[in-house]
Amino acid sequence: MSRRRSEQITYFLIRLVMYFIVLVIGYILFDIVRHGLPALNWAFLTEYPRKSGSEGGILPAIVGTLSLLAGTILVALPLGICSAIYLSEYAEQNRFTAMIRLAIITLAGVPSIVYGLFGLGLFVLFLNFGTSILAGSLTLACMVLPTIIVSSEEALRAVPHGYRDASLALGATKWETIRTNVLPYSLSGIITGSILGIGRAAGETAPILLTVAAFYLPRLPNSIFDQVMALPYHLYILATQHPEADKVLPLQYATALVLLLLVLGLSLGAIIIRIHFRKKYRW
Amino acid sequence: MVETSPFPADTEHVITTSKVNFFYGATQALFDITMDIPGRRVTAFIGPSGCGKSTFLRIFNRMNDTISGTRLEGDVRINGEDIYENGSNVVRLRRKVGMVFQKSNPFPKSIFDNVAYGPRIHGTHDRQQLAEIVEKSLIRSALWDEVKDRLETNALGLSGGQQQRLCIARALAVGPDILLMDEPASALDPKSTIRIEDLIGELRNEYTIVIVTHNMQQAARISDYTAFFYEGHLVEFNATKKIFTKPREKQTEDYITGRFG
Repeated sequence: MSRRRSEQITYFLIRLVMYFIVLVIGYILFDIVRHGLPALNWAFLTEYPRKSGSEGGILPAIVGTLSLLAGTILVALPLGICSAIYLSEYAEQNRFTAMIRLAIITLAGVPSIVYGLFGLGLFVLFLNFGTSILAGSLTLACMVLPTIIVSSEEALRAVPHGYRDASLALGATKWETIRTNVLPYSLSGIITGSILGIGRAAGETAPILLTVAAFYLPRLPNSIFDQVMALPYHLYILATQHPEADKVLPLQYATALVLLLLVLGLSLGAIIIRIHFRKKYRW
Repeated sequence: MVETSPFPADTEHVITTSKVNFFYGATQALFDITMDIPGRRVTAFIGPSGCGKSTFLRIFNRMNDTISGTRLEGDVRINGEDIYENGSNVVRLRRKVGMVFQKSNPFPKSIFDNVAYGPRIHGTHDRQQLAEIVEKSLIRSALWDEVKDRLETNALGLSGGQQQRLCIARALAVGPDILLMDEPASALDPKSTIRIEDLIGELRNEYTIVIVTHNMQQAARISDYTAFFYEGHLVEFNATKKIFTKPREKQTEDYITGRFG
């Protein structure tokens, strides 16, 4: 077989795989939009559920997921970025930090139900936060921390060394150098990576199942020590636990659609932030 | 190796080193280097790649500190002050000892912010004062006429030669006495190289300049004194004219006549 021929075949196979994946994802999206859109309306977004979710809207679940996300971002973003700065800029590159990195990567692969159990043990029971927004946010934060640290560290390392050298040689301290000539240039990468991780947390059911999510709670939370409904858990209930699962099928689709749009909104936000910083600091 | 000093009697030595040994981990990069560098003159370091000339240069502003696992023995003084003494102030040292790197590295910010960066971190925030420093530094580095109408544009839009002169302006803006240059023209085209060399000629009376270069013609053109390094040793240090016309050591002669390196 000629080299040209094998080149063509390889190219064709790679394209085929790509089309297949796009097709599968495209079909899932199409199916959700097709079935979800008819049930999606203003009332669905702004009303409380009635008759254990057979009627009414999903406002508490939306608010619940949003507050969980806010809590997760508030806790995980500063912790993750600071850890990444330490690992990339301050820590000696030795066996100990290599082990820390290995641990972080391993944590990124731990099944989410394990985080749920961990959160239940530590935050709900031991620290006595109860099943609450606080416990759920902290659990989700633990889950996304590895992703944030790894992607932030990569973004920091991508900043050319020349900027650090130039800044230090001008008499800047290490922290001044990081603050003015490393962080600003890597912020677009840090934000993008972090939001992708947090977007995943938005759709997780297992970690919130044991730490915060309410089966049916048709009111809004008063404090961070309240339980809330959450979109993924609500979806799970409607699909598997509801006595009239078939009847509420359109509501399931609409809920899935709302969750998708929420994650899409997060990603869009990440893209906008990235464009902003790319424009400001081009390198 | 007793010989008559190459320096005129009234020479003031700004940088003095005594028995400097330097290590990257277990590897020794510099051996027993004792050298006095005169003030307000251009001193060139030449030698083949890996001979330690850049490492030695980076000792003077302690830039080797940023590489983990490095170690220095011996005595390094600038204006009589031991710069490796415990509690010695690295920030103050680097204000007095500026550096220009081989690869031009302007920050991805505006031209103005690049030059103003140093003064700002050292506490100057008055816009008027900064503008004066920026103008003065850019005039000094022979870049002002080319950029005065676009100070707010991104520095990365400048040509390679302009970027390197911007880096020189940025270094001058903090008011150093000493300028270290690590092959500042090696990545530039011939025309930009000449401009940098001319610039060094203009700065020579006000600053102590130490320049590492691969280019022997360049060393011969711009420097007053030349030091030849080989495998971590200082082989010969003398007035540039002497080095290039009557080298004392066989190794130096072989190198400058192109027999190796």
